Amino acid sequence: MTEPVPAAALPPVEAPQRRRTTRDWLFAALVLAVGGVLIGRYRYLMDGYELAIGVACIPLLIWLGWAWRPMQKLTLAVALLTWGGVAAYGGDIARADTSFWLKYFLSSQSAILWMCVLFFMSCAFYWLGMFVRNGGDALELLGSRLAWTGVALALAGTLLRWHESYLIGDGSFGHIPVSNLYEVFVMFCWMTALLHLHYEARYATRSMGAFIMLAVSAAVGFLLWYALVRQAGAIQPLIPALQSWWMKLHVPANFVGYGAFALAAMLGFAWLVKHQGYETRLLKLAPLWIFGVALCFVPVAFRAAKAGSSAGGSYWLGYTLVSVAIIGFIIYGRRRIAERLPALDVIEDVMYKSIAVGFAFFTIATVLGALWAADAWGSYWSWDPKETWALIVWLNYAAWLHMRLIKGLRGAVAAWWSLAGLVITTFAFIGVNMFLSGLHSYGSV
Amino acid sequence: MKPSPLTRHWRAFLELLASMRFAVALLAVVGIVAAIGTVVPQGAGLGAYINKFGAFWGTLFVRLGLGQVYSAWWFLLILALLVASTTLCLVRHTPKHLADMRSMKEHIRPRALNAFGLRAQARLAAPPTEAAGRLAAALTSRRWRVRQTPHEAEGEPQGVMLAARAGASNRLGYVLTHGAIVLIALGGLLDGEMFTRAAMLLGGKSVYTGGGQVADVPAAHRLGAGNPAFRGNMMVAEGGRDATLILTRPDGVLLQDLPFEVELKKFHLEHYDNGTPKLYASELVLHDKKSGERVERRIEVNHPTSWHGITIYQSGFDDGGSLLDVHSVPLNGSRRAPDMKARIGEVRTLTSGEDTLTLELLELRPQNIEPRAAQTAEAAASAAAAAQGKVAKMMGEDMMDLGPSLRYRLRDAAGQAREFHSYMRAADLGGETPVFLLGVRESPAQPFSYLRVPPDENGEMEGFVRLLAALHDDDLRQKAAERYAAHATTSKQVQAQLADSAHRALSLFAGAELVQGVPVAGLPAISAFIESAVPEGEREQAAQVLLRLLGGCLTQLNTLAREAEKLPPLPDGDATSAFMTQAMLALSEAPLYGAPLALTLRGFEQRHASVLQMTRSPGIWLVYPGCLLLVAGVMLMLYVRDRRLWLWLEAQEGGTLATLAMSARRRTAESEAEFERLRAQLLPPAPPSQEENP
Repeated sequence: MTEPVPAAALPPVEAPQRRRTTRDWLFAALVLAVGGVLIGRYRYLMDGYELAIGVACIPLLIWLGWAWRPMQKLTLAVALLTWGGVAAYGGDIARADTSFWLKYFLSSQSAILWMCVLFFMSCAFYWLGMFVRNGGDALELLGSRLAWTGVALALAGTLLRWHESYLIGDGSFGHIPVSNLYEVFVMFCWMTALLHLHYEARYATRSMGAFIMLAVSAAVGFLLWYALVRQAGAIQPLIPALQSWWMKLHVPANFVGYGAFALAAMLGFAWLVKHQGYETRLLKLAPLWIFGVALCFVPVAFRAAKAGSSAGGSYWLGYTLVSVAIIGFIIYGRRRIAERLPALDVIEDVMYKSIAVGFAFFTIATVLGALWAADAWGSYWSWDPKETWALIVWLNYAAWLHMRLIKGLRGAVAAWWSLAGLVITTFAFIGVNMFLSGLHSYGSV
Repeated sequence: MKPSPLTRHWRAFLELLASMRFAVALLAVVGIVAAIGTVVPQGAGLGAYINKFGAFWGTLFVRLGLGQVYSAWWFLLILALLVASTTLCLVRHTPKHLADMRSMKEHIRPRALNAFGLRAQARLAAPPTEAAGRLAAALTSRRWRVRQTPHEAEGEPQGVMLAARAGASNRLGYVLTHGAIVLIALGGLLDGEMFTRAAMLLGGKSVYTGGGQVADVPAAHRLGAGNPAFRGNMMVAEGGRDATLILTRPDGVLLQDLPFEVELKKFHLEHYDNGTPKLYASELVLHDKKSGERVERRIEVNHPTSWHGITIYQSGFDDGGSLLDVHSVPLNGSRRAPDMKARIGEVRTLTSGEDTLTLELLELRPQNIEPRAAQTAEAAASAAAAAQGKVAKMMGEDMMDLGPSLRYRLRDAAGQAREFHSYMRAADLGGETPVFLLGVRESPAQPFSYLRVPPDENGEMEGFVRLLAALHDDDLRQKAAERYAAHATTSKQVQAQLADSAHRALSLFAGAELVQGVPVAGLPAISAFIESAVPEGEREQAAQVLLRLLGGCLTQLNTLAREAEKLPPLPDGDATSAFMTQAMLALSEAPLYGAPLALTLRGFEQRHASVLQMTRSPGIWLVYPGCLLLVAGVMLMLYVRDRRLWLWLEAQEGGTLATLAMSARRRTAESEAEFERLRAQLLPPAPPSQEENP
């Protein structure tokens, strides 16, 4: 048995809400109606599997909205934004430059830029909330609202990008926007933010957001560089290997995993900061600081190692300086942060939950990937670098969960391990694309 | 009886194998080795490793099998040990888990409940048996499994123990995940090279390293159609048939006979507007060798087909010997070179003057869609301007189709080879005139440099060839110079001087004169001449004069060459001047082309070959169910909470004293909350009237 947990330290847990309100039923009816109309309208573009996926999305969305009510508002907002965008296009891609709304807000690239800005702002407000003595709660609430808005714009931007892909190249380019590194990075950002918002609501504590939005901001930083310096935002058509309904399942499942692992790693970091909040000996803080900085260096090291591609060098220097400053700042303000963060047990519980969610989805994603590979490459496992690294990530978190569930692993070791997991996950996510070539080379950096 | 030492060692080995530490250590090794395998390039030759890592490390890596990590014997051994370890673990623990799933632990001593962290007591008005019935029903309705056990001491009823259990399937998660890993690993082993290796070790088969026709390879290198698991490739041209797969081994190949013949009726290749491949598809006809049965199938990437337990995948494509209508463009001053019909993949001997060249026809590309920027600097600027708009950004770069092209190699008698790349049509690169692009490079590692030949009034290279031939004819050069001088001035004396200079300039340009003992031609010859003969201050002016002179002479030369072939002179105008300007540049660069002739396409008839991958993988019958079990097991382990509940009900003062205790395998916030909920619902505070009584 595990050691007893003081009841006061534990968060209130919502009782399962079995009772459906009128709003719930209205939401379900709306999703059913709109989903039905959309499927009817675009049926001619789908094969049987895609139809099945589309139909399955309806109950899934209703279930999500019922299980977590804020999803209802989000769904509605995203639907309205997307509808507005589609209406503004009116079937003509050139309107992206002429229509005011599209040019500045809704065309996929603008919406995604807005997402970037909103996530940066959200991160800033969470941190302000951490340090401002009076009114910290209000600032954190603002941070949370900004993150919600960012998620809504990211989703609307993604859906509109899907629509745009059918407006160019006479419709032959059309595909779901999860096919290259730019598109999946957008997904990673909103997925991580949304997972965070879920835990934030569930545990009724906002201050963890400061750490998690930091990871999201780092991803946004990469995304901006990738989009602006590398012009990666262009919609490219699908190569034959990617023309499969499997993509619609495999990629999103994977990114729930990546997002959840990143979230858990940042909570591991938060745990360690809180744990050492009153530590005054700098020597003891050193590993945390060094690791934090090293973590920030990961993308930079990737850049440096890739000789011959010096584009955006100063961008990465700036990125590094900002990262180092942030880590230094966190270590410096650790006492205040420790006061503000929820109890260690709560952070740990969320970390465990997040890794559990990530692991479940990563397992499903890897299995789906194997099934797809069997269709596309003729073999469910070919020791392709991406596959191999997915296996390593899987083994890492399997070991973490195993130690936790069987041996009751807790505390600093679990937190450090979770943080270290981010290095492996990041390598599997971006590093493989940068250094190793293989069958999976869809998003080269 | 004492166990023999052998038995003891065997026991100790099994103990080690079943221990979790050993399994974790093995897993770590697998992880590290797998990571190394992604960093060290797999399947390259020894030379490549020595090149990359140095002689010592390169050789060591190959010795250790790091070049083929995933099929190295020791890696497979580690995997096998892992499977054995997991199996052993499973065999040992499964009965325990299954027993635990069934057990309700109803025989717990009532006093033991006091030790539980989650514990509550309450008084109930009803007597124990009645309370037990009600509470059991309440728990059952909440989907708990409940068992009631009356306790008696010396014939007297003492109380009732209610033991309840929920989420026992969590235990099943352990069995499922570990079982899944064993299934997946076994399936993988079956589909790996196990059967092929067995055929080589036990069946006397060996790899084939020679060349030649597939049909001539002896039976010792062929695996029978009954081979239960294999993975191989086949290339079949449109209209062709084949029934043999090639299995690539590190040191050669093995051939796998198929129970059917594969005929490629047609191969489809489509591209998007921007040149990205859109579709690879093969229309196949499969012929059963025994029954003669015939089926037609169409396969695409992501849409394989199966027949006789063999799955056929679209894996790639190649040229299946396209028929080419090759046009020869002489670049050595001769006027004609023979055209020919040839096929891609063919090797031919060409004679051009005293040279004997070997021609290897490498590749026909019916489309060359490239970013405009890739070809010219002027075009790059316009592409950048076009890319300003957001739409252009969404579409990617500005693309254009340069039309069909031919890639071939010419090898001279000394074995020196150059590779050439000629486009069939003149491409508009944004200059004054479109140009035929004739590419050349010394080695495949370099990019092509292009000779840009302007089309004549008929859109052909004929006009340029005529001018080139005339340039190599000293009589014509002399005549052109004289005619140029006659047009330029009326003074006989100046005419003679001018004609002399003009002839000199033409001869320099043609490369017919040495400049300071160095053979040089084209514009570099002119500039070398100026540097040697003109003082530094006057060079620029001299260059302008000479260039104008040269331009005029070339126009005359062209007219003379046309007259000789009874053609009218080119009309004055922009088209002619654009032609002459570009022709001058091309003439200047022609000597760098390094071949007596260029080959371009007049026409072609494309014939594709499809590369098919075929597998028989019986392992999927283990792997796929294994995957399903894995997902189910992970879900059970992570999301089903295994917990037990006990309610000890003993009679107390006409009512019942109820002790509620809960244990969860993992104590989490959810368990705490659930306990609080259950306490509130099962053991509500007793009505006040009774509360006051005791």
